[in-house]
Amino acid sequence: MIESFGTTYLVVILTLLLCVVMAIIRVIKGPTAPDRIVGLDTINTIVIVSMVIFGAAFNEVIYIDVAIVYALLSFISTLFIARYLEGGRF
Amino acid sequence: MIFDIVIYILLAVGVFFNLLAGIGLLRFPDVYTRLHAGTKCTTFGSIFICGSVILLGLKTWYSGSSDGSVLAIHTVFALIAILLTNPTGAHAIARAAHRSGVMPFGAVVDDLKDGKVTPKKTAVKKKKKEVKK
Repeated sequence: MIESFGTTYLVVILTLLLCVVMAIIRVIKGPTAPDRIVGLDTINTIVIVSMVIFGAAFNEVIYIDVAIVYALLSFISTLFIARYLEGGRF
Repeated sequence: MIFDIVIYILLAVGVFFNLLAGIGLLRFPDVYTRLHAGTKCTTFGSIFICGSVILLGLKTWYSGSSDGSVLAIHTVFALIAILLTNPTGAHAIARAAHRSGVMPFGAVVDDLKDGKVTPKKTAVKKKKKEVKK
């Protein structure tokens, strides 16, 4: 699998890395706190997608299992941070 | 092979929309528009990338190996997780940003500050306090 699709997956991963770098710039520059949270949410989604790409490139299913668990945990963390910003009770 | 061409096209579309999400996150002037770019575009792009991986698994399964079916099914579950969690998180972030007092870029009037949007419990408590006074 890695022999036939290797270069394509390398280009895809490098482009997703560029997106992550843009989101990190937004996290550092962001004027308010919700800007930074938007950047973190985007980084989470791109990391999930790149884990799926890794699983397809190396033909290992364990990366995709890690992606499922990471999606659910990042969802919970995003909800908690939003609740904290909102200022309500937990 | 027609499968390889379809896989390449789906990968290209997904990566293009993820790149648009990154550019929009840098260029938009506001929290809400950045949320618009950063959530919708990544969800749409991840649908296409997961679709290409599912097609790759189905192709491997069709050619005789049983690893491809496992790859396709696990990718379907990852796609379902992304589709359920990503818009919900964006909704929570937008509500938190509005309630913490961030105004849209160039906005003068905030219509959502009327009594319709506040939850019913606080409205009932305010009425009770007014009655006691």
